[in-house]
Amino acid sequence: MDKQQDNLLIDVRGLKIAARIEIPGEKTEFKEIVHGVDFTLQKGKVLGLIGESGAGKSTIGLSALAYGRGSVEITGGEVWVGGQNILSFGLGELRSFRGQRVTYVSQSAAASFNPSKRLMDQVTETCLRHKLCSREEAEKRAVVLFKRLGLPDAENFGNRYPHQVSGGQLQRAMTAMALCPQPDLVIFDEPTTALDVTTQIDVLAAIKDAIHETGVGALYITHDLAVVAQVSDDIMVLRHGNMVEYGTTEQIIHRPEQDYTRALVSVRSHIAEEKPESGDVLLSIEGVCARYPGLPDDILRDVNIELEAGHTLAVVGESGSGKSTLARVITGLLPPREGRVLFDGKPLTPSLKERSKTDLRELQMIYQMADVAMNPRQTIETIIGRPVEFYFGLKGEEKRRRVIELLDEIELGKDFLDRYPAELSGGQKQRVCIARALAAKPRMIICDEVTSALDPLVAEGILKLLQDLQEIEKVSYLFITHDLATVRAIADSIAVMYKGKVVRYGQKSKVLSPPFDDYTDLLLSSVPEMEQGWLEKAISHRKIASAGH
Amino acid sequence: MKRIPLSALIGLFITSLFLLSAIFADFLAPYGVAEVVGDVWEPASDRFLLGTDSIGRDLLSRMIYGGQVTIFVALTATALSFSLGTSLALIAVVVGGWFDMALSRFIDLIMSIPTLIFALVVLSVVPANLVTLILVMGLLDVTRVYRLARAVAVDINVMDYVEAARLRGEQTVWIVFREILPNALSPLVAELGLRFIFMVLFLSTLSFLGLGIQPPAADWGGIVKENKEGLIYGISAALIPAIAIAALAISVNLVADWVLSKTTSLKGGRNG
Repeated sequence: MDKQQDNLLIDVRGLKIAARIEIPGEKTEFKEIVHGVDFTLQKGKVLGLIGESGAGKSTIGLSALAYGRGSVEITGGEVWVGGQNILSFGLGELRSFRGQRVTYVSQSAAASFNPSKRLMDQVTETCLRHKLCSREEAEKRAVVLFKRLGLPDAENFGNRYPHQVSGGQLQRAMTAMALCPQPDLVIFDEPTTALDVTTQIDVLAAIKDAIHETGVGALYITHDLAVVAQVSDDIMVLRHGNMVEYGTTEQIIHRPEQDYTRALVSVRSHIAEEKPESGDVLLSIEGVCARYPGLPDDILRDVNIELEAGHTLAVVGESGSGKSTLARVITGLLPPREGRVLFDGKPLTPSLKERSKTDLRELQMIYQMADVAMNPRQTIETIIGRPVEFYFGLKGEEKRRRVIELLDEIELGKDFLDRYPAELSGGQKQRVCIARALAAKPRMIICDEVTSALDPLVAEGILKLLQDLQEIEKVSYLFITHDLATVRAIADSIAVMYKGKVVRYGQKSKVLSPPFDDYTDLLLSSVPEMEQGWLEKAISHRKIASAGH
Repeated sequence: MKRIPLSALIGLFITSLFLLSAIFADFLAPYGVAEVVGDVWEPASDRFLLGTDSIGRDLLSRMIYGGQVTIFVALTATALSFSLGTSLALIAVVVGGWFDMALSRFIDLIMSIPTLIFALVVLSVVPANLVTLILVMGLLDVTRVYRLARAVAVDINVMDYVEAARLRGEQTVWIVFREILPNALSPLVAELGLRFIFMVLFLSTLSFLGLGIQPPAADWGGIVKENKEGLIYGISAALIPAIAIAALAISVNLVADWVLSKTTSLKGGRNG
């Protein structure tokens, strides 16, 4: 019992956190967002905090620094770190505590580094600020950490500026920055969420190794259960600021006790049947090369793909592979340098301005960020009603009836007519965007990463809705995504893109079964699976694969 | 409902006081604007609440009529510069390409000439009346409004909802007035208050230099000019229009600040 007490790193009891809402001219109100959470963490262990957006996972994570972001305040409970209740600390004590005994790794390393200072100066800054060691000592530590995190040319890596390294390397540099003062605890706040899958796996492995070798304790915050299963010893599932389930990683992913956890574990196990080839081609892209004006290199290089009527073609690739550029070529925002786009057998004019109203109507688009895809100053009725009015000339009562019909189709209902986008949740916003596309009665919809900004359960709802609508409206989807689980769920055929080229293309069953080309193999083996030990297997698989060439 | 903050209430009160006295000038002013009713620079008394001016006209009456002219000219010129400047800027952004380039460089060219000198030259050539004055002031100020509106609109123009409208096949007019303008409004409204005040100051400057409102009509700048000699003899008549200008400037800005905070916290404001 005593030994366990000695090993206890954090002990959080009855933690309550509230957001301060200040209304000018009225009294300040507190809205509780975390309703009494308890957890403990032993030295050298990793606790995963998992939940959807708004679950309070980041807020709870930051409470280990006695910090409330923005107008958030810790209103109750105790946070014991190494035998001290840090909530009783004064400002001076907190200043020496933060960044020294507990450090933080944020989601977006690119936004967290100062672009005008060398990485080494930023990585060693905390050590020097807190006078933990000399500059030489700190730089020596940093180089060791760079090596441990697998950064290239570790000796000189610190001389570079943030913009000279890749996103994955920057995230690792941030981990080095957090580990440099040799803290007792590191808080990782979605450290791999903004990365491509093939980069994520490297960063994840580097973080895991570094945690094990330095013996530091960690809180790992993420929305992705498969990711957290790789690194953590225990998992706490959170929802709406309450603890849903708390147990060992093994227990949570194999024997979840709560319905919500079960839903999280089984999300994306749903897979649509592949429709047989029909030969009824709706869209065909023939030898398209495209580049942005003023840039010397082609972003798209000789792309040839086809989409059949009523089918779904998924275009998969990492950021920079050219998949969104392909959408811009099809919609006419970027005229191709070579090649052409045929729609229903007829060539589409390269530029948007010359397209007929019918062409525009039949080809609709849904965006990744529903927030910025809708005018914040228009009501839902105006947003959905405009294409109805614009393409079909419906006015007044008729238009309203059609909008209500569309709202019913996306399972929202007419209560939403007078609302503004800011009053909707993320999933509802994306549904409205779908309704706006449907309002044009299109034959084809381009879906550009439509689910990647959404929580897994909400995303699944959107995918199901899109599939149901395909049944009813017989519309074709061109689905642009980086997420292979989405592809498995919805696609009939798949085009894998890499550096502007289509490297693999065909029916889903064919593309997703061996033999694979190198890139598809890398991509497929990088998708985290909900299985402990997957990370080690995947890494060793990749080493074999790369050794073979 | 939100309560109106105290500062905005004060601003609203003073601004509406000025506006009302401008609208009902004919009923409020005890004497005519050019009527000589007393001695030179009489002190304040029951007959002349603010005293009399350099040739014995009632200062209060001249202040009221002067306020009417000042506010009217400044308002019309601001309205002109805003409607023209904003429309040009938004169209330039939406159309883009050489149109945007040509217009923006032309505006830069005009801006490189000091406004006051430009105005003095133009006003000394064209016939001096209210219409030319408003046109010159309004058109010169278009450059400033254009720059601001363009900067705001460039950010909005790259939003997905504007792209969605383009893909739908919307005309430039719809994109400018329905998609971009409503989202550009709050910084523009704040600027509107500021520019109105600059207009008041600009008009006062011109009148003080003798190229603005021509006597016997009066505006506040003109009244300062007529009475400036009095300062040497310890007569405060010139300070009264100066105080009026300052009070109007501050109160209008208090209101503009409130409008700004109100529109940004509206549904769909940039930060939700």
